[in-house]
Amino acid sequence: MITTLFYILSAITLATAFLTIFSKNPIHSAIYLVLCFFSIAGHYLMFNAQFLAIVHIIVYSGAIMILMLFTIMLMNLNKEDEQHKSILTRIAATISFCLIAFVLLAAFIKAQPAIIEYRNSGEDYQSIEVLGQVLLNDYMVPFEFASVLLLVSMIGAVLLSKKEHIND
Amino acid sequence: MENILQQIGIENYIYLSTLLFCVGVFGVLYRRNAIVMFMSIEIMLNAVNLLLVAFSTYHQDAAGQVFVFFSMAVAAAEVAVGLAILVAVYRNIKNIDIDNLKNLKG
Repeated sequence: MITTLFYILSAITLATAFLTIFSKNPIHSAIYLVLCFFSIAGHYLMFNAQFLAIVHIIVYSGAIMILMLFTIMLMNLNKEDEQHKSILTRIAATISFCLIAFVLLAAFIKAQPAIIEYRNSGEDYQSIEVLGQVLLNDYMVPFEFASVLLLVSMIGAVLLSKKEHIND
Repeated sequence: MENILQQIGIENYIYLSTLLFCVGVFGVLYRRNAIVMFMSIEIMLNAVNLLLVAFSTYHQDAAGQVFVFFSMAVAAAEVAVGLAILVAVYRNIKNIDIDNLKNLKG
């Protein structure tokens, strides 16, 4: 049952990731990417990591994809007039994709005997309560620095996208 | 409590994350549209996040999930700045085809 669910979710993840790349229309790419993110949130739920699943849906499917869709509509890119790369570049991209996948998969398949058997200790380590305590006790300083990073990136985004005055 | 890693095994998650990461690399190499390249970068980030959560469950340690939380914050900041740069580029050259961005060569 769970194994079937895993394979279905994985198939959805990989298929929508491929469709994101192969769609001609950028709007379709964004919608397939939202589906991909939802299936990854499903993987997180299968790990029983509820906090990350919720945050993933809010941040990725909510904030990031809305920002991307907004940019696509702002630039009027929702038409299929993109020129493709030359056939040579595309063949090279496909070959390098196959080579990267082959090398990485082969390395991990060979490394498989080093993985020890998983044992469940039954201890609670990923509920929202425990995660909040870990985040605010052990990782207090990185947490504050993350807020500084978000503030700086917000200021940077506003400065970059502000209209420049040409005649001054 | 019944756990997922006892039934599926960590190696299937390693293979899934590897394939997802390679799909992201392929997208960056294959497309010319800068926004789709951004989406491919997001796919790569998500592959790494998925593997971090898998190993956090495997070692039964909350630190991996906290790390994924921080990487999501960095991804949000990166997308905000990147899209602002794309808007500025679009304002200057009226498209975001990366093959037209050769003026930066000095």
